Amino acid sequence: MRINVNNPVLVKEVKLRFRSLKSFTGILFYLIAMSIFVFGYIFVTTAFTGTGFFRPDQSFLLFGLLTFIQLGLILFITPGLTAGSISTEREKQTLNMLLTTSQSSLQIIIGKLSSSIAFLVLMLIAGLPIYSLVFLFGGISPGQLGLIFLFFFLTMVTVGSIGVMFSTIIRKTIVAMIATYGTMIFLAGVTAFFFIITIQVNMIGSGAAVTPAPLAHFWASINPGILVFTLLNPTTEGFVNELTQIEFPIWAGYTIFYVLISASAILISIKKLRVNMKRSK
Amino acid sequence: MIEIKGLTKKYGSFYALNDLNLSLSEGTVFGFVGANGAGKSTTFSILATLLQPTAGDAFINGKSVKNDPHEVRKQIGYMPDFFGVYDQLKADEYLDFYGASYGIPAAKRAELIPQLLELVNLTHKRYEYVDVLSRGMKQRLCLARSLIHDPKVLILDEPASGLDPRARVEMRDILKQLKSMGKTILISSHILPELAEMCDEIGVIDGGRLIAHGSVSDIQAQLKGERLISVKLKGLTDRAMRFFEEDPFVSGLEQHKEKHMITFKYRGSEDDQMRLLKHALEEQLSILSFAEQETDLEDVFMEITKGVETV
Repeated sequence: MRINVNNPVLVKEVKLRFRSLKSFTGILFYLIAMSIFVFGYIFVTTAFTGTGFFRPDQSFLLFGLLTFIQLGLILFITPGLTAGSISTEREKQTLNMLLTTSQSSLQIIIGKLSSSIAFLVLMLIAGLPIYSLVFLFGGISPGQLGLIFLFFFLTMVTVGSIGVMFSTIIRKTIVAMIATYGTMIFLAGVTAFFFIITIQVNMIGSGAAVTPAPLAHFWASINPGILVFTLLNPTTEGFVNELTQIEFPIWAGYTIFYVLISASAILISIKKLRVNMKRSK
Repeated sequence: MIEIKGLTKKYGSFYALNDLNLSLSEGTVFGFVGANGAGKSTTFSILATLLQPTAGDAFINGKSVKNDPHEVRKQIGYMPDFFGVYDQLKADEYLDFYGASYGIPAAKRAELIPQLLELVNLTHKRYEYVDVLSRGMKQRLCLARSLIHDPKVLILDEPASGLDPRARVEMRDILKQLKSMGKTILISSHILPELAEMCDEIGVIDGGRLIAHGSVSDIQAQLKGERLISVKLKGLTDRAMRFFEEDPFVSGLEQHKEKHMITFKYRGSEDDQMRLLKHALEEQLSILSFAEQETDLEDVFMEITKGVETV
């Protein structure tokens, strides 16, 4: 299979997306919300302390809060952008014509996924000047910011791939969206709950002796919230490792799991796009 | 050019298509006639590589739709019966997107698009958004889209459906032009006289089975063995009814009292028909007219599909 760098679906999707007023207003309100939060926080902090300055530890706290807000936005927006990518074409009766072109299923799926991710990346980049404001006050290293953005990117690709997969295998956009949001809630929320439960069960089961809890470590590794904590404050990872008695890095587990999920979701989408064909090149 | 062998599509125990066999040579314009749900769109969807047959196979220019769909897609231009357009694209961008999807280089696309828009009489709408075009214009644009990669075979599922008479005439003219360009065209339509005018061959499908196939004149000639005769009388009488009923070649006798008319099917030769008329005049049946009714494609369709069991 060959990936055409000049992907027609990507070009068309980008054109359609950026011509819509929704995209413009989406980015506008996102930036307004971010600005209100950042400047509001700085104002409140400096006004109430009466000192007129902003300490590095407060800057770090702001950075942490912003990271969680952006993670929430990614988890909230990505399913909305991707879970209708194929099913909307089906509902609008444009899919059959697209499927009879020479484009491979891989090209179509990658085109759809990358156009959604391109929009999210644009949102993140547009918010970067506000995000970078924390550098003015210190407490954050550029490496940390880079790592956070890599984590955002991987999470976007994974949630996006899951959205495209559900959009391909489920005929109705609304059902595909519910399935994608459900998966996202599972990954972001239910895994944290399972982590706590498995740790508790392990403690009760082993009594005084401390035994390794691989399942608990697995739940911790696939939860984006826990990974953000470990990226922001590396001591958190030591705490999790102590609880589970497993030394495997959280970021490595997260990367492996999310890359595998993305690859599987993309493969399923490619296979199911032309669902009735014996062989699709 | 097109070879369909034992094509079958089953949904549970329902046969949407049952052992369809068909062979069409290059440049043929083939009209697919059939009622709703007869299997026309299923056949077209299989040929367009959108549906996998339960059994059998179809070959387009020697390429199997089952085993070589990628190659088949390059050979066909498909226009579905229902289709949508992308709201935020202009007519030329719409064609450009599909051109790129067929791997046509940008420079070649820039050359092709004005030519195609001219072919379908949409040059003046080149920079209009496609969602504001009328239904007829969208149909023509979709036809232009299916031609962008210069396919050898065109599969057009009800291209004239939902169009007003003027738009239908425009569509028919374009199709005639494509026929003159030597394209092999498979077309389905409910407007049967239109098919008769432009098709070299027609196939009648009912209940998933191809129940008749041949040229329009061949199929009409098959029915000529049983001509439809109408007799107008000055006042209907039982005597006249009895007279025609007694003839051994007459069947399906019907009385239309309000029109003072009798219609029946006649299986005899032309000489027999002549003798029948002569005999009727000798019997002084007050005949105002005695005429053989012309059979058009709709009659052919109704006649052929009558009594065919749906599987």
